[in-house]
Amino acid sequence: MTQLDGIVKPKTRRSKRFLESRAPKLIEDVKNTMIMKGGNASQTVTTALKDIYSLRKPNAVLYKKKNITRPFEDSTSLEFFSKKSDCSLFLFGSHNKKRPHNFIFGRMFDFHVLDMFELGIEKFISLSQIKTSKFPEGTKPMLIFAGEVFDTDNEYKRLKSLLIDFFRGPTVPAVRLAGLEHVLHFTALEGKIYMRSYRCLLKKSGCRTPRIELEEIGPSFDFVMRRTHLASDDLYKLAHRQPKALKPKKKKNISHDVFGTSFGRVHMQKQDLSKLKTRKMKGLRKRKGEVVNEDQVPKVAKVES
Amino acid sequence: MAACSVEELLAKAEQEEAEKLKSISVQKELDLEFDVGNLLACDKNRIESRDFREKKRDDFLRALARDNTQLLINEIWKLPTERVEEVIVAKLPEQTTRLPREKPPPKPKAPTKWEQFAKLKGIQKKKKTNLVWDETAKEWRRRWGYKRANDDTKDWLIEVPETADPNEDQFAKRNKAKKERVAKNELNRLRNIARAQKVKTPGAGLLPKAQQSKDELVKAMSVAKTSTASVGRFQDRLPKEKPPKNSGKKRKFEPLIGDFSSEKQKQLELLKTIGSKSPKLDITKAVNTQMREEDREEAAARRRKGAGGKGRKGNTAGRGKGKGKGKGPKGKGGKPLLFVPAQPCHRKVGRRR
Repeated sequence: MTQLDGIVKPKTRRSKRFLESRAPKLIEDVKNTMIMKGGNASQTVTTALKDIYSLRKPNAVLYKKKNITRPFEDSTSLEFFSKKSDCSLFLFGSHNKKRPHNFIFGRMFDFHVLDMFELGIEKFISLSQIKTSKFPEGTKPMLIFAGEVFDTDNEYKRLKSLLIDFFRGPTVPAVRLAGLEHVLHFTALEGKIYMRSYRCLLKKSGCRTPRIELEEIGPSFDFVMRRTHLASDDLYKLAHRQPKALKPKKKKNISHDVFGTSFGRVHMQKQDLSKLKTRKMKGLRKRKGEVVNEDQVPKVAKVES
Repeated sequence: MAACSVEELLAKAEQEEAEKLKSISVQKELDLEFDVGNLLACDKNRIESRDFREKKRDDFLRALARDNTQLLINEIWKLPTERVEEVIVAKLPEQTTRLPREKPPPKPKAPTKWEQFAKLKGIQKKKKTNLVWDETAKEWRRRWGYKRANDDTKDWLIEVPETADPNEDQFAKRNKAKKERVAKNELNRLRNIARAQKVKTPGAGLLPKAQQSKDELVKAMSVAKTSTASVGRFQDRLPKEKPPKNSGKKRKFEPLIGDFSSEKQKQLELLKTIGSKSPKLDITKAVNTQMREEDREEAAARRRKGAGGKGRKGNTAGRGKGKGKGKGPKGKGGKPLLFVPAQPCHRKVGRRR
């Protein structure tokens, strides 16, 4: 690919397809996540990173090497990584004396950091420690947020939006009813966030909707909120802007009444009612020798239309 | 009595329904907010901290999760379902949670020069058929590409038109015309891209850059000079300006059938030098070249010594030796350590600078 002032011209079909897959699109596909370690990473942090990677399996990259950066001070290397691997969500795990077992969840807009949340892990139970049968990776999880603080506090609102972005799977038009197995439950209480992951068993109940029984599998975290870096309001608004083409086209001249009947409006040009062709009424046809009234329509040879 | 029994029946039916729904109904103070498109539920109820601490934490959380999941599942089960390949799927509605995009929305592409013209004139795009009837092969062939219909390039005979020069090569003319068309197309395509990206393209010569090198400036100047009506023949030169060298052709060949006498002379001289026994060597030039090389080597070694320190000594010594050795065997007649070719050749000895 030749490069000229940042414009890359593809020379093969394959590279062209690659560039197109990375170009901005109207309807975006799933966001990719990059999971990386900091300068020092404890055993807890590494296992936790691996577990989250397995939760997000097809759309995530787990970097093995340690990266000596501090995201809160200097995010340029993170942005560089995200540009190279085309990932807009990141998870950075590190461990030092001041901030033990640290996770930084973050997301990017246009390869610049939008939001970052630093969460400390207080308690962690990994996938391997809970011995139950697991479900295949790639199942779309159900997300449940509990706690009124997720709606009242601004930081928590952003964190909720980030967690939704992080853990929801690809956008699908329909979902298999028997395949709704994974539930992720976040509870915010007293400044801590508890994340639990359950497998949902659908039991028979008297009616069509099944009864749910939950079985704990999967990693369980007890997070405590540490630092945050929120994007400014206008940048946040800019990131939410949807292109006009996505808005559903409003059909004009269609209205609905109370009962749901739809009415349409048809506009026509002005018609000359004297030339209007109505049904043939044989009895009203002009006979030879009759006097033609002035306001009667003069019969011209009819052309079948 | 019938009325009583009807009432009783109704009451019984209600009870039964309630029993059925008991297993799936959950009591909550505030209703949850659902975003079924994302399989998301938000519970805004207050969580009693006392309950939390009294019971074991995990059990409390699990019970809470169970209730919330039950409500979400109830919502999902209300959706319309359909059967897709022996599997029952529920169609999800649109997502209500607004989440930020990954990248800014794409900008609409700027129309190319032709597209602008077509819009102005009202020219519509005509869809062409993929296959065209080929008379010679009597079958349908593709319009362009491999095994195309009415292939021009496979003609083994081209009629020379009346107006053309009989000695002109018609095949070469066709090839040249195609090359010109391809080049013109490519130029226009790149120009369209540059216009769309709003990148500055040079008319001829230079791209606007921060630092221009000397070669580029000289090139730009020569291009500017030759872009007159008389191709720069009457352009005055500045007092100290030197004529541009190496412009145009890089190699010059003699014409095949040219000056016979000069060709004869050249060939005889060549034979003479091959036949003579003495080595063709310009001694002064060779000595000068060798001295220059030695000076350069010493300077490089000194620099490396200064930069590397003592550990590097062995390396440079080895290098010097290696170079000397490389040159040694080549020296046959004349002084040792001189760059002498094994056989005297027509070319002059010494490096051309």
